[in-house]
Amino acid sequence: MSQWVRKGLATGIKTTRYPACEEKAPGVSPGLPVGGEYPEAQARSLVDLCPTGALTLADHQVVVDYRRCVHCFRCRYDATAPIRWQEGYEWAAASTDGRHPTRPLDRPFEHSIHILVVDAGDCGACLNEVRQLNNPYYNMHRLGFFITPTPREADVLLVVGPVTDHMRVPLQKAYDAMPTPKRVIAVGACALSGSVFGPSFVCGSGVRDLLPVDVEVPGQPPPPLAILHGLLVAVGRRPSASLVSPANSLNAEAAKAL
Amino acid sequence: MSGMNPTNIAEMAGQRWVGKVRVRLDAARSRCELECENGALVDVCAWLNKERNYSYAGLIVEENPSQWELRHVFYGTRPAGWVHLLAHQPLDRSTFPSISSQVHAADWHEREAEDLFGLSFEGHPRLGDFVLHNDRWQENLGPMRRHFDGSKPVTRREPDLNWQPRRIVEAPGAFLMPIGPKFSGVTESVHFLLESVGEEVIRAIPRLFYKYRAVEKMAEGRSVNDALLLAERFAASTAFAHALAFCQAVEDISGIEVPARARALRVLLAELERLRHHAGAIQEICESTALVVANNQAAMLEEELLRLSGAFMGHRYLFGLAVPGGLSRTFEDAACREAVQQAQSILKRLDQLEKMLTTSSSFLDRLEEVGIISEQDAHNYGLVGPVARASGVTRDLRKAQPDSGYDAFAFDVAREQEGDGYARLRVLFAEARQSVRLMEQTVAALPIGPVLAANVKIKAGAALGWVEAPRGATFHWLRIDDTGRVARYRVITPSFANWHGFHLAVEKFAFQDFPIILATFDLSVAENDR
Repeated sequence: MSQWVRKGLATGIKTTRYPACEEKAPGVSPGLPVGGEYPEAQARSLVDLCPTGALTLADHQVVVDYRRCVHCFRCRYDATAPIRWQEGYEWAAASTDGRHPTRPLDRPFEHSIHILVVDAGDCGACLNEVRQLNNPYYNMHRLGFFITPTPREADVLLVVGPVTDHMRVPLQKAYDAMPTPKRVIAVGACALSGSVFGPSFVCGSGVRDLLPVDVEVPGQPPPPLAILHGLLVAVGRRPSASLVSPANSLNAEAAKAL
Repeated sequence: MSGMNPTNIAEMAGQRWVGKVRVRLDAARSRCELECENGALVDVCAWLNKERNYSYAGLIVEENPSQWELRHVFYGTRPAGWVHLLAHQPLDRSTFPSISSQVHAADWHEREAEDLFGLSFEGHPRLGDFVLHNDRWQENLGPMRRHFDGSKPVTRREPDLNWQPRRIVEAPGAFLMPIGPKFSGVTESVHFLLESVGEEVIRAIPRLFYKYRAVEKMAEGRSVNDALLLAERFAASTAFAHALAFCQAVEDISGIEVPARARALRVLLAELERLRHHAGAIQEICESTALVVANNQAAMLEEELLRLSGAFMGHRYLFGLAVPGGLSRTFEDAACREAVQQAQSILKRLDQLEKMLTTSSSFLDRLEEVGIISEQDAHNYGLVGPVARASGVTRDLRKAQPDSGYDAFAFDVAREQEGDGYARLRVLFAEARQSVRLMEQTVAALPIGPVLAANVKIKAGAALGWVEAPRGATFHWLRIDDTGRVARYRVITPSFANWHGFHLAVEKFAFQDFPIILATFDLSVAENDR
């Protein structure tokens, strides 16, 4: 057995320094399209290429609704003049839904939260990215984040998938079984908008149909660092990002309501 | 079986079932279609599967304007080709003979067709409560029927919170242990019913389709480009393989010739995905045995391969690359070589990990002679992929029906005989090595030229696309109508085949082996549920 001890020691520390420093390793994130001013003809062709309605035209601006972006890359690879692309991974946003203003979890939770992960119809990618948070590169334990199998000791409910009909009852039961205060994080385009699957006779259009959502993490799938950012937003340790690009777009609210 | 090919299969079937089987040959696709009278269907299926060694791919049901068409697809190793068995019935008669008593691999296909189309299969021992759970959905909904509008919500039963599963084991002290749909840390949603009288699992019944998203229904009426999004995203841990199978079906229908460079790059991407998937599968096995350092080593390799995909191919799960006619973007030769070099160095560390694992007796004790699947069972249940190859069933579509460019490259199909958890682990390691070997060959001689066929024009028709996905053989049947929209999309996935046989591996083993057997079986729920 000593070979494993030696192996572990010889490997050294691989963990990212995020959130203290930015993680710059290539391939940690697929990036996202950037909205804003584009020449008229290009803007129109970009909006036409988008299969999910994530890109819209408003006031001569291309507005990107990240909840609907499914990483098909058509506005990047198929366009004669591709859309601007941003690297980075701090994508998570605290909910600004009027019905449910989000407040970060209070101080006692800041450095210790237990997370219940529920798969509500995920394709396997988001779930796999959540799994990566426990690998040595991300090691979310160092930040005081722990996965728990039981709702009774969970502070945060992390939901992936568009919420299929068969998963509505288990999801609701899990939420009800959690003690307060509790927060819900919806991870991935499916959990935010239903993505390419919902709404339909068997699928909802995201977690919001069923539960109050506090933090939304866009992306299909969001890379591990984006999910980590979502957890940090939930405990108030990192600022929230915008789900719409450009963030200051006058029509941001209108795009959200789509 | 030597000498088998679609032509002599057609001849033999025509002679043996005179007047009951009508034959149609399609030499270009190495395929024969046998249109069977209902009375002969079961016999012909049994003959193909048992005497002629054709594997069962799956059942495709289509509702035509005036009649039902059932298509049982069989395939062999080249030159044996493809045999499609067709059965018809007017729409008002919905009973077909069940072939699952002879070809057990068809069992779940028939259950699914009963649940979603409202068909009935005479002689099938267990129909109902499969895809649509009875405690939630009303009977006779038939959501795959043409007249059913899948875009709107339907009225459902109020969930029956007192629903109890059927129990089979009756003995003093017998109990049923339910697990899931939410269980353990980060797991997919699936429900297990384990029946036992103590230590040993006597009956194991997985209750699936908690994640049923009706991908086949949702694809209907969409354009090919929109349906491609579904194909890529319904089981995204192996997204590229499924997108590729879909694209190959489109290319077959529309007669699109994929440029040589795209064919080579597709092999490169498919093998990169396989390598990454296998590293992840190995990590799950290490995790299930609670070998912490090995788990972390494997997890690092998986993450490095995800980053490699992200850095060179643009997306960690290879989204947005496969399109009908080739690839959506090209890659520089130098970048491909660099990516393969990195994969080689990751493989070196994977090999090291294998050496260390195979000398860790506490680890091997948990895998060896646990979760055994015999070669006979693997054949009867139509198991596919690494799971089947660990039991000695080696049919690999990359060799058996190399349609995606694999015939240009040399590689070996892994094979083990024991059929236990350890054999499955060794197959994963062996296949990872072959994947890198294939990647090396693709970059050694990358053809020059475009990666997308000029003038991609979608035509009407139907075809089967197939790929050896990381978990095994996958088949996508696609029918496109005159307006260029999808009329029928049927996805047959490796996890669907392997979940069917999973109970065999669990039964007769102890409860504490269950998570390990589950990990070595490398199953995706999303791929099964669709």
